[in-house]
Amino acid sequence: MSTELANQKVRNIKVDLDKCNGCRSCEIACSAFHAKPKYSSINPARSRIRVTMDLLNDEYVPIRATDYTKAGCDGRRTYTIRGKEYSECSFCGTVCPTRDLFKEPDSGLPLKCDMCEDEKEPLCVQACPRGVLTCEEIDAVQEEVKLDDMELGMRSLIDKFGSKKVADTYNRMTKKG
Amino acid sequence: MRYSETGYQLEVDLSRGNIERIETDPKLTELHLGGQGINAKIIYDRVGPEVDPFSPDNLLIFGTGLLLATPVVGANRTIVNTISPQTGLFAHSVMGGWFGPELKHAGYDRIIIRGKADGLVYLYINNDKVEIRDASHLRGKGVTETATLIKEELKEPNAQVAAIGLAGENRVYSASIEHGWSSAARGVGVIMGDKRLKAIVVRGTKDINIARPAELWELTVRLRKEMCESDGVGDWMAVDEDDSFHHNHFSWGNSRMRRRNFWSPELEDRWYNLKYDNMDRQIGCYNCPKACINVISYPGRKRFGYKCFGKDTYHMAAFKELDFSYEILGVAQEYGFDSYSTPQVIAFGIELYEAGILTDKDMPDFPVDPGDRTWYLLEKIARREGIGDVLANGIYWAARQIGNGAEAYDHNSTKKFEQIPIKLGKLNPAYFLMIATGEKMAITQIEGSFPQDPLPTREEREEFVSKWDAVPDEKFKQYFLEWEKRNEISNERTCAIVDWNEAMHYIDDSTGLCAFVSSFRGQFGGGIAYHINNIPNQITLATGMEFDKDKLWKVFQRNRTLVRAINVRRGLRRADERPPEDHWAVRDEELEQKLLGDYYEFKGWNMEGIPTKVTLDELGLNYVSEDFLQRGILKP
Ligand code: SF4
Ligand code: SF4
Ligand code: SF4
Repeated sequence: MSTELANQKVRNIKVDLDKCNGCRSCEIACSAFHAKPKYSSINPARSRIRVTMDLLNDEYVPIRATDYTKAGCDGRRTYTIRGKEYSECSFCGTVCPTRDLFKEPDSGLPLKCDMCEDEKEPLCVQACPRGVLTCEEIDAVQEEVKLDDMELGMRSLIDKFGSKKVADTYNRMTKKG
Repeated sequence: MRYSETGYQLEVDLSRGNIERIETDPKLTELHLGGQGINAKIIYDRVGPEVDPFSPDNLLIFGTGLLLATPVVGANRTIVNTISPQTGLFAHSVMGGWFGPELKHAGYDRIIIRGKADGLVYLYINNDKVEIRDASHLRGKGVTETATLIKEELKEPNAQVAAIGLAGENRVYSASIEHGWSSAARGVGVIMGDKRLKAIVVRGTKDINIARPAELWELTVRLRKEMCESDGVGDWMAVDEDDSFHHNHFSWGNSRMRRRNFWSPELEDRWYNLKYDNMDRQIGCYNCPKACINVISYPGRKRFGYKCFGKDTYHMAAFKELDFSYEILGVAQEYGFDSYSTPQVIAFGIELYEAGILTDKDMPDFPVDPGDRTWYLLEKIARREGIGDVLANGIYWAARQIGNGAEAYDHNSTKKFEQIPIKLGKLNPAYFLMIATGEKMAITQIEGSFPQDPLPTREEREEFVSKWDAVPDEKFKQYFLEWEKRNEISNERTCAIVDWNEAMHYIDDSTGLCAFVSSFRGQFGGGIAYHINNIPNQITLATGMEFDKDKLWKVFQRNRTLVRAINVRRGLRRADERPPEDHWAVRDEELEQKLLGDYYEFKGWNMEGIPTKVTLDELGLNYVSEDFLQRGILKP
């Protein structure tokens, strides 16, 4: 499995914040592409990319929905970049309860960027007129690391509680969903 | 299913605290499209000529263009209309940014506001949940400050806010409604203040449906790229640092003085540095690839944004330089002042002081420096303090209130509205007609498709027309080819040119397309993105309504005639249709009146400028002709 992953390429979207003009074409494109039938409706609230904007702070940051989490993180640090203060949330793609972002408006279920895998280029990248978003292929090493991370985490749990307890807990939790 | 529109409007009565969501008639969309077209229909139907602008019965309507929130690139305008207390006529205002699309996603094509709240309130729209909320804690707050506070208290960082500042709250006639770095000017901020509506906050998460999705998508993806790369759309002034055009040719002070040799390479260099040392970035509006708005972070000021001639108006009125505009814009925008009218009103006040018509009694401790004087009057007008209370009514009314010869200093108004400060030599027939008959009160809201000047050689003209896709008729190419001297062109041709110019603005103001990608920009050549030949297809693909050039042209005529009908019913007549007397140094009354008459005839209006029964009925405006007959405006 790990040798397979090493050769596998995944998409990555790079973001050049300085070029963004706040047009939100990326949001329009993502929501149109995921509509059924394709392009039949527009709704930025369904988009898996959102531009967080704070005009007074000259902040225009497109972020993509990544993972879902039940609880907000304890981070929310602020960073100052060239005199402008950014909240950590401005760069975070996690769907978390502390903000109203990346939740499907009808069901409230989390949205997640699927990288438009079937398309030659992600739709948001295609629609971004100003070259803020560019797509590149990178080795899927991150995935591998992630698995290792999980293995590591599991290992530490097993070390701490023993494998039976971890297995019981796992079964209980997955049953409950 | 309704495509490209929500099919609902929000009706809010601030006196009674009543809020209703009303389904709209799709037939009206077909007749008027949206935006200003439908706003005008509503005002014609509901705001009679007897309604005083400050009456609770006056309506303030925020109408989204029909194509907003579709993939159509550059469609983002919200058109705000009401009856203006300054002109007594239909007030026309357009605002870009992100407000309109958000409103459509909240499920409304427009908001109609009537009545007056008891105290200061704001309107909070979150999809189906709409509330009138207390805004007493926002009294006196600046526009961006208001937006920030409201978003915080509602925990709605993604909401879009349109607000008035101190100027609007105090019913200053040149108050604007501000949203982000966009603003709605020309007589609407004062009515929002009169209704005691501090702000409208919108959050929307609903779908807008597209009739022919795949075709529209393919077309717009291509167009977005093309428009981004093209220098034929957007505001070239955002990147062209040579601003000799305004500084050498427009008038300074109270539209008084031209400084023909003002511009210099040294100045250009200095201003370039000032701008780029303080500019954070250039941004655009919703779904538009251009970046017309300069975002400036100036020491000691909040960030502000400006576009176009907006960067020059304050310093030219005060005989200062760009740093003065940068100083004052951040404050004036926060107060919610229109940057076109306000500096002129201030310069008028300064002139009256210099002429001894206003004295130290009217202006205690009036400073010496024109920049300090500008600040002084800005603060007074924003608060309606002392002389500010008079000047806040705009130049026309202030001059009459002050009297004592002040009327002579009101030399740049048409229909009681401050015109852009331009004073020229020889009469230009097309501009004569546009300034005289335009009902959007600013030349920028009517000019724009046919070039302002002929090109010097036949070869250049041939080159120009060879790629001219925008013409509604081949005859315009002929007109341009044969046009050698600016003022030498037949009345017949002038009428057709003015009509075309006007047409494109009325179309944009109903579809919501920005004038910088359409109606205003074609005159400068270079291939305009939108024109009468390609807009119909986009309407068809987005809405499903079959549209072609002729049908769209008819919508223009209908909407335009309806606006005239509102104004005629409020008393507008031929005598009101005069450019400022000194707009051109050399005038020819006989020629002008002949031209005006010819244009009225061309438009299907009688010699008083009133649309005839035949014209009205042909456009399906029979209810107007009946009304006119009944009121004796038209004779049977
Ligand atoms: S890559 Fe595709 S799914 Fe992800 S944000 Fe962009 S358009 Fe949406
Ligand atoms: S499309 Fe590009 S420029 Fe526009 S908001 Fe998205 S990232 Fe910014
Ligand atoms: S052309 Fe400029 S002003 Fe017009 S919509 Fe685009 S960015 Fe806004």
